[in-house]
Amino acid sequence: MAGIVLRQVTKTYGTLRVLNGIDLDIADGEYLTLVGPSGCGKSTTLRIIAGLESQTTGDVEIDGRVVNEVRPSRRDLAMVFQSYALYPHLTVRQNLVTPLQLRDMNFWQRIPLLGYLAPGRRAKMSKIEDDVRKAAETLKIEPLLHRKPGQLSGGQRQRVALGRAMVRNPAAFLMDEPLSNLDAALRVHMRAELSELHRELGATFVYVTHDQAEALTMSDRMAVMMDGDILQLGPPDEVYEDPRDIRVAEFIGSPKMNILPGRGDSAGRITALGVAVEEALAVPSEGPLSVGFRPEHLHIQPADNGACFSGRLTYKENLGSDVFLHLAVEGIEGKAVIRAKPHEADFADVGEDVWFTGEVGMARVFGADGKRVALAEPQLMRKTS
Amino acid sequence: MMARTNWLGEFLKHSVLLAGAIVVLLPFYLMLSYSLKSPAEIESNTGGFVGSQEIMTDRRCIKAGKPAEECDMRPIVYNYTAAFSEAPLVRYMLNGVFVTVSIFVIQVLVALPCAYALSKLKFWGRDVVFGLVIFCLLIPVHAIALPLYIMLAKVGLTNTYAALIIPWTISVFGIFLMRQFFMTVPDDLIDAARMDGMSEFAIVWRVMLPTAIPALLAFGIFSVVAHWNDYYWPRVVITGNRDLMTPPLGLRMFKSDLDGNEYGPMMAATTVIVLPLVIIFLLAQRRFIEGITMTGMK
Repeated sequence: MAGIVLRQVTKTYGTLRVLNGIDLDIADGEYLTLVGPSGCGKSTTLRIIAGLESQTTGDVEIDGRVVNEVRPSRRDLAMVFQSYALYPHLTVRQNLVTPLQLRDMNFWQRIPLLGYLAPGRRAKMSKIEDDVRKAAETLKIEPLLHRKPGQLSGGQRQRVALGRAMVRNPAAFLMDEPLSNLDAALRVHMRAELSELHRELGATFVYVTHDQAEALTMSDRMAVMMDGDILQLGPPDEVYEDPRDIRVAEFIGSPKMNILPGRGDSAGRITALGVAVEEALAVPSEGPLSVGFRPEHLHIQPADNGACFSGRLTYKENLGSDVFLHLAVEGIEGKAVIRAKPHEADFADVGEDVWFTGEVGMARVFGADGKRVALAEPQLMRKTS
Repeated sequence: MMARTNWLGEFLKHSVLLAGAIVVLLPFYLMLSYSLKSPAEIESNTGGFVGSQEIMTDRRCIKAGKPAEECDMRPIVYNYTAAFSEAPLVRYMLNGVFVTVSIFVIQVLVALPCAYALSKLKFWGRDVVFGLVIFCLLIPVHAIALPLYIMLAKVGLTNTYAALIIPWTISVFGIFLMRQFFMTVPDDLIDAARMDGMSEFAIVWRVMLPTAIPALLAFGIFSVVAHWNDYYWPRVVITGNRDLMTPPLGLRMFKSDLDGNEYGPMMAATTVIVLPLVIIFLLAQRRFIEGITMTGMK
C-alpha cells in the first residue's frame, strides 16, 4: 500500500502539449478518480504513473520513492485495462499465475519443463497457487479457472482482469476505464462491487473514466481534467456543489448544468437573460457573467410572477420518479433542462410557453474567464428580498 | 422465375469452376497415371488410368546381367522401385525437409521481432523502414540471383546447405504479413505484459507468438510450399554435389537419356515428391483458406 505523488508532470508529443504540469497527491488507500472528456490527458496521466509512458518533465513518486527511471513492472502497481488485456491463449488460472511467476520466480524456475528441476520452485509455486485461489475466491471466479478468456462473458473477463491485478497484492491499482465495455446494468452493478473491493482491500485505487457518474459514485476524491490540466480536485460532493470552473460545472452532473448568459453591474446586482437574480456579487464589477443552475434548482411556475424566465416546452422526458422538462429558451444554445416531480409539471404541455425560476442560493456564477465568481452571503440577500 | 435464374447462375458458376478444376487437376491425373503404367503403354497412350499391369521386363536389369526372373515385374513396382533406385530420392526428400524447415524456422525467428517492432514500438524512422519492407516485396528473386550467387561464391558457400537456406532467411513477405496481423493485437495486451514484468523479447515469444499462430500457419504454408517446390535457386547454387540436391532438382536425374524416356519412374518420383505437400494441404485445408483470407482480415 502506498501513496502516489505527481509533481509538475508535463507531457508533450512533438509540439502537442498533452499535460501542462500536473500536481497530484494521492493518499495511501484513497480511491481517486481522474475524470474528463476524451483527450483531456487522464489516460496519459495514468500511463505515466504506471511507467508505460515517460513524462517529459516532472517527477512521479510512489511510496516516497521517485520512480521516474523505474520500469513498469518494478513499480509494484497493477493495471486493469479497458479491453481487459487477458492473455488469450492462456486459461484464467494461467492468466493469474503468469504475473506472479514473472515477479517471484527466477529465470531458471520459469523455463518450461526444465524449470521443475530448479531448486525452490515447488515452494514458490504452491504459494502462487494459494494466492491465485484466494483471489479467485474473493472475486467468485473459481469455476472459470480452467476456461480461456474467449469463453467468458464481458463481466467475467472484467472479474478475471481484476483478479490478475489483485493477485499481485500491489501498492496501488490503476484502472483505465475498466467498466466502459460492459452493458449498462452490469456497469452499475460493478460500480458497487469495485467500491466494496476497495473497502475490503484498503488499497490505493487510481481510476480513470470519462463517465462523471462513475466518478461521483465511487471515488473518495475526484480530479476533473480538461485540456491537460486538473481543473478541480476534491470529494465528489464538493465538485458537484461547488464547481470552481464553468467547464467543471458543465461536465459534472447529468443532465448538465444550465448556463444562462447574464451581466453584473457596478452595484453587484446580477441579471440572467435580462431577469434579476436574487444573488449579488461579493465584489461588484460590471461585465458579462454566466449564471448556472442545476436542473434540480430550476422550478417550473404556473404563472409569471415578474421574476421568471420563460421558454417553450419542447419535450417531457418521463423517468417515472422525475420528469425532465426540455425548454427552448431564447438566448441559450441548446435546451434548458428542468428536473421536476411529475405532479409539479402536470399543467405544462409540450409546445406551450412556461415560466420557471432559479432556486435562491443555488446559482453558480462564473466570470467571463470561466472561473467561479464569489457571491455575497445568500442569507443577507434573502433578508433584503 | 427467381429459381430459374438461380439455376442458370449456379450452372454457369459450376461450369467455370469445373473447367478450372480440370485444368488444374489434369496434370496430376497424368502424373499419377504415368507413374502406374509401363513405358509401352505410356508411349502408345493406352491402358486407361492404371494400365493393364502386365508383367514387364526391366531392360536395364537385363543389361546389368541379372537373371531374367529377377527382372520381370509389374509396371507399378518397376516405376516406384526405379524412382528410389535410379536416384537417391530419400536423400533428396530429407534434404528438402531440412532446407524448408530451416528456412521457415529462421524466417520466423527474424520476422516476429521485426514485425513486432514495426507494429508496436515507436522509434525514429519506423515508417521509412516499413516503406523499405514494402519496397522489397516488389523485388523479384531472379533480379538479385546473380549478385547473391556471386556473394555466396566469394565466401565459398556454394554447394552447401547454407547456400540453399541463407538467402531466404529474411522474408519481407513474412515480416509484412506478421506486421499486419500484429496491428490487430490490442496495445493494452502488450502494456499488460509489460506491467507483468515481461521483457520486449518475452512479449514477442510469449504473448505475440501464441496469438499469431493462425497467421504463422498461413505464412508457413506459403513458405514451405515455395521452398519445397523451388527449382530455380537450388539449380543455381548446387552445381556439383548431388548429395545436396532438393527433390525438384533430383527430378533431373530422370530426364530422357539414350535408354529412352523414363517417364514412368520420373512420374513416380514426382508423385512421391508432391505427396507430402498434398497431405499437408489436406490436413491443414481449413487453416490454409483462413490464411489466404487473413491478410484482409479484421
